[in-house]
Amino acid sequence: MSDRTFSDAVADPYDAPPLSFTDREDRTIEVRAYDGSDEEMEALVEMYDAFDPSDRAQGIPPGREDRIRDWLENILDEDCLNVIAWDGGEVAGHATLVPDGDAYELAIFVHQTYQRAGIGTRLIKALLGYGRVSGVEKVWLTVERWNRAAVGLYQTVGFETSDAESFELEMTIRLAEPPDEEGG
Amino acid sequence: MKVLLGIGGSDDSIRALEKTVERTANVDDDLTVAIVDNPSVERSREDIETRVTELLDERGVEATVRLLDGDAGSALVDLAENEGFDQLVLGGGETSPMGKIQIGSIAEFVLLNSHVTVTLVR
Repeated sequence: MSDRTFSDAVADPYDAPPLSFTDREDRTIEVRAYDGSDEEMEALVEMYDAFDPSDRAQGIPPGREDRIRDWLENILDEDCLNVIAWDGGEVAGHATLVPDGDAYELAIFVHQTYQRAGIGTRLIKALLGYGRVSGVEKVWLTVERWNRAAVGLYQTVGFETSDAESFELEMTIRLAEPPDEEGG
Repeated sequence: MKVLLGIGGSDDSIRALEKTVERTANVDDDLTVAIVDNPSVERSREDIETRVTELLDERGVEATVRLLDGDAGSALVDLAENEGFDQLVLGGGETSPMGKIQIGSIAEFVLLNSHVTVTLVR
């Protein structure tokens, strides 16, 4: 399928959503799995519509509402796992796992207003917790190598660099032991 | 304008071919299509060549088709620089399941090394 390498060791188990915490700006942030509703989808569209283009990574989020909708429809699909960080009715951040063969690709976005408040770390841990209880075994991502804040976040939660040869760094993490080999 | 299109058979390179042939049909470019070896692609060279000639015939576009051996990136840069091309055109990358754009290794080499203007087709 792919020649991506994953650690043999299973990463720390994180708690699955729902959960809540107070961020560094004293805001109460709730992290919940996406409930599949149009209301939550619209709240996400609003967040991405107001997203600073300088925080885009490898072309996402896209820059126009119709493209944002196309993109969201794809990653909010039933076979994807999505968690959202809420400040009341407003989306502070969103993280997603999209299936890719026997693994999942991860991405996380925190709106500019909510950055540097500790939300990204809580959000990605919640997503990995959600992935673990949903039976996700392996997760990978790519990140622009100059994006030290993001690389640091991924390392903190247990990702390891698996490919440093291209423009973007590829990082991977294992959430569960591989399934037992069934004897032939 | 003298345009060199490099194509290794990945989906984005096929898209670049289609758009470049389309453009050539509308403007008076002098197009050369260079078929290169992309180790990460399964499509055979013969398949790619057939696709290229079919598309050129279909659009009534004249172009020189060449087969380049060896490392794709360096072969393309060499050819573009030594034969006076104005522009080197490549596919603009594949997208991951998430929708992230991922630039291929050939485009990466060409971008960093070419002294000829590079266009990535999106």
